[in-house]
Amino acid sequence: MGAVPPRIAVVGAGPAGAFAAASVWRMRPDAQVDFFERLPTAWGLLRAGVAPDHQEIKRLDDTFDRETLRRGCRFFGNVEVGVDVSHADLMRHYTAVIYATGAQTDKSIGIPGEDLPGSWAATEFVAWYNGHPDYRGLEFDLSGRRAVVIGNGNVAADVTRILMRSPEELERTDVADHALEALRESRIEEVVVLGRRGPAQAAFTSAELRELGYIDGVDVQVDSAEAELDKVSHEWLAEEGTFTARRNVALVREYASGTGAGTGADAVSGAAQRRIVLRFLRSPAAIRGTGRVEAVDIRRNELVRTDDGALRARPAGDEVETIECGLVLRSVGYQAVPLPDVPFDERSYVLPNDRGRVLLPDGEPLAGVYAVGWIKRGPTGILGTNKRDAAETVRCLVDDLAAGRLPEPASVDGDGGIEAVLADRKPDLVTAEGWHAIDVLERERGSRDGRPRAKLTSREELLDAARAATVAG
Amino acid sequence: MTYVITGSCIKDDSCIEVCPVDCIHPKPGAPDFETAEQLYIDPEVCIDCDACVHACPVDAIYAEFEVPEKFGYTVEVNAEFFAEKSTAERTAV
Repeated sequence: MGAVPPRIAVVGAGPAGAFAAASVWRMRPDAQVDFFERLPTAWGLLRAGVAPDHQEIKRLDDTFDRETLRRGCRFFGNVEVGVDVSHADLMRHYTAVIYATGAQTDKSIGIPGEDLPGSWAATEFVAWYNGHPDYRGLEFDLSGRRAVVIGNGNVAADVTRILMRSPEELERTDVADHALEALRESRIEEVVVLGRRGPAQAAFTSAELRELGYIDGVDVQVDSAEAELDKVSHEWLAEEGTFTARRNVALVREYASGTGAGTGADAVSGAAQRRIVLRFLRSPAAIRGTGRVEAVDIRRNELVRTDDGALRARPAGDEVETIECGLVLRSVGYQAVPLPDVPFDERSYVLPNDRGRVLLPDGEPLAGVYAVGWIKRGPTGILGTNKRDAAETVRCLVDDLAAGRLPEPASVDGDGGIEAVLADRKPDLVTAEGWHAIDVLERERGSRDGRPRAKLTSREELLDAARAATVAG
Repeated sequence: MTYVITGSCIKDDSCIEVCPVDCIHPKPGAPDFETAEQLYIDPEVCIDCDACVHACPVDAIYAEFEVPEKFGYTVEVNAEFFAEKSTAERTAV
């Protein structure tokens, strides 16, 4: 090992970046690790993705803070790589660069009317209610009686819950103030959730599916015919069904028979004012409306087993059913966007890589460049998946360091290092101190109202809070 | 008594690393690991040491008698995961 400690830049301070930084610290405690983050705030989707009514999970921020920033990782927030500093700048100042930029956009479904006003990517709604500064200005029309959510994963479950929760439930969370105010005025009484395949193939975790049945005053309905499995699903469940799939099938049956949570006393007594309707084997064919969303046309699917053994949905018959609605949230997955000056795999939407080593088109590693998280493996897995993913990438990096495969960076602080570059280009740089000030202020603001935090949601507010700390310090 | 992992589990393996009796499953590398939505504690093997409770970064683990009401059902789910597994192993010949 050389006398000069390795310097590692982590681009993106979300969960994958945080686990990677923590992993570097465990394997190479002598390394200097610096985060480059586009926002003034840390922890990415833990803050802006995880639903506000899942506060338990957000506690992971303490672990991230303890294992990175409190151990000397530097935070360069409000800095966008590719805009404020280039990949070449990073390579000049760092021994290695780990890209942890995630998957920032949504997949399209490719149906007519997808872009009508009132039809949104669910991820936009998520970023809005979680107070992401780039989304705070969005205006969701919640004045209709019905919303349609397209998709059967946990993001679909999250947005459905947030649409159906009462203001009393939401005001105990860290949901953004602007979203809370809008949701207070919501007139949505019914959310229809469309699953392309059947209950056995739904991507919900059984915990999330079950949670839908435990929202105050909300009834969950499933048509009994849609709850029953077709022959193909029966076989699939028996042969290769997971523990979660079996639980989901049982839960959907309970909802259909009116014996599950959220289908009992409230429904019978008429106390349930609002309802969630889970539809299966249904795909949207078109989103329709004059000037804005008024309805979704759906078609029935059937499942077929393809040659590779996978179960696919294909259209069954020509019958079209129309669901009137004023809001559509499309939740069919995230997608990464290419990064400037690094290779990108346009088919898989990831940085081409081998266990985290980013590869050139000829298949050789691009020395000193690594990937972790969704930009490495695609948008799959849950939070903890990133810990193992990060360990794999960082092990490659540490091996490369030990084998002398990473040259020392050109700049060795004689010219003031990356800090001089940032001081010159980013007067409103947010450091770890600035982020901690934002964090403390938000928690204080929240505690007055019995909330875990009250988020600052504009860049100006965030930068002001960060600046105040730097001036005072 | 046993400890129980609830639905807020993020599957980061911190508990597996500290469990002295190896009662938390599925483990990374096991065939059902990637598809598991959370980890589970085998109530037949757990020795109530509470090491996992302190290791969990999201406080997803509780003593059986302290599981919050909204996660009450997970006591059964943890046990069921292992009951199903042992049935599968007995019948798989």
